[in-house]
Amino acid sequence: MAVTARTLFDKVWTAHEVVPETADTPAVLYIDLHLIHEVTSPQAFSVLKSLGLPVRRPDRTLATMDHSTPTRTEQVFGNVPIAVDAAAKQVAQLERNAAEFGVELFGMRDARRGIVHIISPELGATQPGMTIVCGDSHTSTHGAFGALAFGIGSTEVGHVFATQCLLQRKPKTFAVNVEGKMPAGVTAKDLILSIIGKIGVSGGTGYVFEYRGSTVRALSMEQRMTMCNMSIEAGARAGMIAPDEITFEYLGGRPRAPAGAAWEAAHSRWQGLATDAGAVFDASVDIDAAALEPMITYGTNPGMVLPISAAIPDAAADAAYDKALRYMGFHRGEAMAGKPVNVVFIGSCTNGRLEDLQAAAQILKGRRVAPGVRLLIVPGSQQIKHDAEASGLADIFRAAGADWRESGCSMCLGMNGDTVPAGQYAVSTSNRNFEGRQGAGARTLLASPLTAAASAVRGRITDPREFM
Amino acid sequence: MEPLKRVRSRTIVIPSSNVDTDQIIPARFLTTTTKEGLGKQLFADWRYRADGAPNPDFVLNTAAARDCSVLVAGRNFGCGSSREHAPWALLDYGIRAVISTEIADIFRSNSLKNGLLPITVDEATAVWLMQHPGAEVDIDLETARLALPTGTAVAFPIEAFARHCLLNGIDELGYLRSKQADIERYESARKLPGEDHCAH
Repeated sequence: MAVTARTLFDKVWTAHEVVPETADTPAVLYIDLHLIHEVTSPQAFSVLKSLGLPVRRPDRTLATMDHSTPTRTEQVFGNVPIAVDAAAKQVAQLERNAAEFGVELFGMRDARRGIVHIISPELGATQPGMTIVCGDSHTSTHGAFGALAFGIGSTEVGHVFATQCLLQRKPKTFAVNVEGKMPAGVTAKDLILSIIGKIGVSGGTGYVFEYRGSTVRALSMEQRMTMCNMSIEAGARAGMIAPDEITFEYLGGRPRAPAGAAWEAAHSRWQGLATDAGAVFDASVDIDAAALEPMITYGTNPGMVLPISAAIPDAAADAAYDKALRYMGFHRGEAMAGKPVNVVFIGSCTNGRLEDLQAAAQILKGRRVAPGVRLLIVPGSQQIKHDAEASGLADIFRAAGADWRESGCSMCLGMNGDTVPAGQYAVSTSNRNFEGRQGAGARTLLASPLTAAASAVRGRITDPREFM
Repeated sequence: MEPLKRVRSRTIVIPSSNVDTDQIIPARFLTTTTKEGLGKQLFADWRYRADGAPNPDFVLNTAAARDCSVLVAGRNFGCGSSREHAPWALLDYGIRAVISTEIADIFRSNSLKNGLLPITVDEATAVWLMQHPGAEVDIDLETARLALPTGTAVAFPIEAFARHCLLNGIDELGYLRSKQADIERYESARKLPGEDHCAH
């Protein structure tokens, strides 16, 4: 009997079925790694307390604080209180909960602290073939390692605490095939923005993406994480990339990765995860990477995106489209390049890794931020902060006039007080340009670290290729 | 959880498509450590002006919206962040069902776990509902049908297990915990070298 060709997703899903789904009941799916943070965990810990239950597998649970934490050094390491009082309470609550339930926490002053989706790969805790969940929609990031990783709500955080399992219906599969060499100045951020633009912000609803093709194979792990991170912006809860030598090279020797004989065993198992030849996907799209340009958003969702040289489309009459343009203060037919910028933010779980900072530094080196523009650079983790300082990147940023901070989610969602003032334009390397995302009334333009840095130097939306 | 069988109400209409969870409840209100009291911050940036006064143009601030428990919205409602604060805020305000042509995955899952019905309908039904704000609708979870005041009733898809739990007031955690023996069996069967690698 012929063996059925299976996708990467199918292999990981099947390996984690504690109880398969039926018409009447969803599958009971085992979770290998549960990442938690201060914002979406307190209500789940409260459920455990009310039922008198422990965290079933603290050894499969990692906690950090990132969303509401300050980025000012004196509030992290000095004795200055956290400026946002409710955030201080949330941080203290996580400290108490982690201690009470025996969960390992990378606390405020821990050298391993950082954005949850950055530190887990950095530690080698994120591994191929795993199921990984977190009460955060950008958990899709970990799919870059060939893990099935997706965001969950706080009720489900409680389910994983209590049982290490989730009730899940099996999603459909969607092949995103990318071929061609990306031109200079075009990054994984531009690629994923163009994919979202092509299939739309709900085009992936009900699916798990698998990013495939020679372009994807050539990407570094950092760039693969940027792609998988924004799967949710196309509606897909998860995006995956088959593990390969680039994955194994990244993982080998990291503190939480297997070592010795365990590495050998894991390595050979991971090599079998890739989608089999002939496996069938429920949907697919083909992308020509060679035709890409740097991309920038012009509206209030990540699907409203354009090549940087293009003009805002004169789309068919549509109230939602006009509402978005009104919010942004833009008009149909206007060119994006050259529009003034007030704030530039480089950071987030999308583009806050060392390679992203290196890209920004490439443009900022020996240059200054334009007068009147605020450039905020927030590393994704304390480790990245350390590496950027040791390698001289931080000096380049400071010399350029940037504000260089401690790690965290920061201005991506403005929970910690790092916000964009109402009405101002922010070129941001983050993932969401929703109304008010970076502060009430803030106007966000999503772009790559290269485009962000180039725009900071000129004070206007700028094609980074002008500096290359 | 209280059993949920039927929702009968007039509708509130927010015609925007892609209403994301940052609109439903902005991030600055997520510093809470409980589920309660989020209703007053529901749609905060649309509902209140910068000085905190109600925006009279926003539908929730109109007399017609009072006591409505069904929200009709444009395509792809609830996209974006996984924050369960979004259904908590809707429920705390008094919404029991959201109707759209498309509802985002994580929001749908979070809603079902809290007794908020995510109802997807065909384009024609959605257009009718958009054009008739305040229409009295009758949602019957038992038959999974939405009845319009015109006499038309349309079926809506709802996952069988979630429906069963809602109708009977069953907490899904209780069901998961009843699978304890299966979970233990699964864990002990996997202890091969390199296969059961933990975070520590």
